[in-house]
Amino acid sequence: MTRATETTPRPTSWWAAPARPVWEEPPGRTGLAAKGAVLVLACLAVLVPLWIVVVTSLSSKKTITETGGLVVVPRDITFIAYQELLSGGQVTRAAVVSVLVTVTGTLFSMAVSILGAYGLSRPGSVGHRFILLTLMATMFFGAGLIPTYLLVQTLGLTDSYLALILPSAVSVFNILVLRGFFMNVSQELVDSARIDGAGDLRILWQIVMPLSRAVIAVITLFYAVGYWSAWFNASIYLSDQNMMPLQNVLIQLAQKQEIPVGLGQAVRAGNLSGLAVQMAVMVLALLPVAVLSPFVQKHFKKGMLTGAVKG
Amino acid sequence: MSTLDTEKADPAARAATGRPPRGDRRRDRHRSRTDGRVPLGRRLRRDRMLLLMTAPVLALVVVFNYVPILGNVVAFQDYDPYVSTNGITAIFQSPWVGLAQFERVFSDPGFWHAVENTLVLFLLQLVLFFPVPIALALLVNSVLRPRVRAFVQAVLYLPHFFSWVLVITVFQQILGGAGIIAQTLRQHGHEGFDLMTDPEIFKFLVTAEGIWKDAGWGVIVFLAALAAVNQDLYEAAAMDGANRWRRMWHVTLPALRPVIALLLVLRVGDALTVGFEQLLLQRDAVGPGAAEVLDTFVWWTGLRSQDFSYAAAAGLVKGVVGLVLVLSANKIAHLMGEQGVYRK
Repeated sequence: MTRATETTPRPTSWWAAPARPVWEEPPGRTGLAAKGAVLVLACLAVLVPLWIVVVTSLSSKKTITETGGLVVVPRDITFIAYQELLSGGQVTRAAVVSVLVTVTGTLFSMAVSILGAYGLSRPGSVGHRFILLTLMATMFFGAGLIPTYLLVQTLGLTDSYLALILPSAVSVFNILVLRGFFMNVSQELVDSARIDGAGDLRILWQIVMPLSRAVIAVITLFYAVGYWSAWFNASIYLSDQNMMPLQNVLIQLAQKQEIPVGLGQAVRAGNLSGLAVQMAVMVLALLPVAVLSPFVQKHFKKGMLTGAVKG
Repeated sequence: MSTLDTEKADPAARAATGRPPRGDRRRDRHRSRTDGRVPLGRRLRRDRMLLLMTAPVLALVVVFNYVPILGNVVAFQDYDPYVSTNGITAIFQSPWVGLAQFERVFSDPGFWHAVENTLVLFLLQLVLFFPVPIALALLVNSVLRPRVRAFVQAVLYLPHFFSWVLVITVFQQILGGAGIIAQTLRQHGHEGFDLMTDPEIFKFLVTAEGIWKDAGWGVIVFLAALAAVNQDLYEAAAMDGANRWRRMWHVTLPALRPVIALLLVLRVGDALTVGFEQLLLQRDAVGPGAAEVLDTFVWWTGLRSQDFSYAAAAGLVKGVVGLVLVLSANKIAHLMGEQGVYRK
């Protein structure tokens, strides 16, 4: 600690804890230690496995052979696994498919959900109660796997990326969250816009949406994560292995211990470890969500709690 | 608001009702009742844009959530998708068999085994998983430094956003036969092990995976409830001589009670769903004996063995029992004086 901070204590320092209320007894040493230990352990339980995955994906075949498998302490960092994976071939294609499905699907879901949520958010509009009940009832029952499968097949969506988007495009929960926020936009604001001649679409676009940025960010993340993580629909509706998204390729690699098509050569040639390849695919699969979710974190609470239904 | 259009369009009609100007009733919660005076045709015209905006959502939900319900009729048939050109017309050409499929389901030991696995997993998750987010929330809530708190929250929320494929692969890398623990043990001359393929401990493994992925996420709801507690209650309790633990017992936990009750209701209502994707992904490794639950049973019999009618019957049984569970869990919550998922 420098002299300056010693002589001028700054209560607003970023590290300083806010003052305790006077009536609260200061915590005991053991209590503090126990609490800290549990929290540190909980964080390590999340971070250590991720660390191992990332480090192993960056390790050379030599390091992996010497440690006998997974690498905890990074030694010589190499990006060879990523270079091989992303220079065309199965994994590159799967990653592109996943990105495209996620982007298209999220845009479609958001457009449909925002329109729907706004359409249901104006008090006293015709039929909004009935439509709302129709949507909410689906939260209590599912139609079942088999009838849904038969429907998607009959609609001719099998072997098409539409099968990965349309059946799961709408989440009623997300619509309720959006609607809860749209209803809280001040009615005076909406009315004054209407007097100025704005229609519903313009009010939604220029007033309601800019005021609901936080919740829109959260719901976008929810939808995007849903599309990015999905693998089941692809596994039952797609038969062409070349169309599979990243998660399905990861299943093949990890569960069945296969090597990505086209990489067998490099692995056999001895400069690339199959394990590093597998770990690199995992990093590709977790990178987007791990990077994006902390940015939206401070809004999660809003997104989770305004789902409460208002008549 | 669209009502202003009506006003512009028909000021005479409004004057005739002798009601106060619209502006005064803008926040009237029973607005729709007053709207009853406006003819339906005019209300439809007034709200046509709003209705148009809900049309895509409604269409998607009707097509993908309601239409398939009708498809459950195949449970009363000996359905063969190949008797016709597409799956729907095949329904009209397949023979009806009444409740024969249900009799098959109920006399199938495989089905009852799946029921048993489902219930065991549900109970384990309820006992081992459910309290974890509450405890974590109390811990996180006691962290005063905002930056430490934000960091801990970010780390704990993270696994919720990972796919099940990823979570299970991570577990395999740590606990599996080629995982890092077994590998380290072997290097030091001990016996290796493979927790991922052991049917005996599989149910605990499934629960642990669930905790790793979603316990941190569960914290959010409880943190919000904790933030809403009136701080004066703590001060008053402290004045009355209540120490840390007594304040937690008499102030904090009662404040959390409604949230706990609501989540418990949701969980019990959803008891027959214990992680379809998660179990399906591990079914091959550990075998159906340990991993088969109701959802995977339907998947296996229907999509793998192509016995559509039989699987649909099993799925329908699950759906109906599930609906009864949700509704009764709600009822019980209401009886206990708590707010359920929906209001009475």
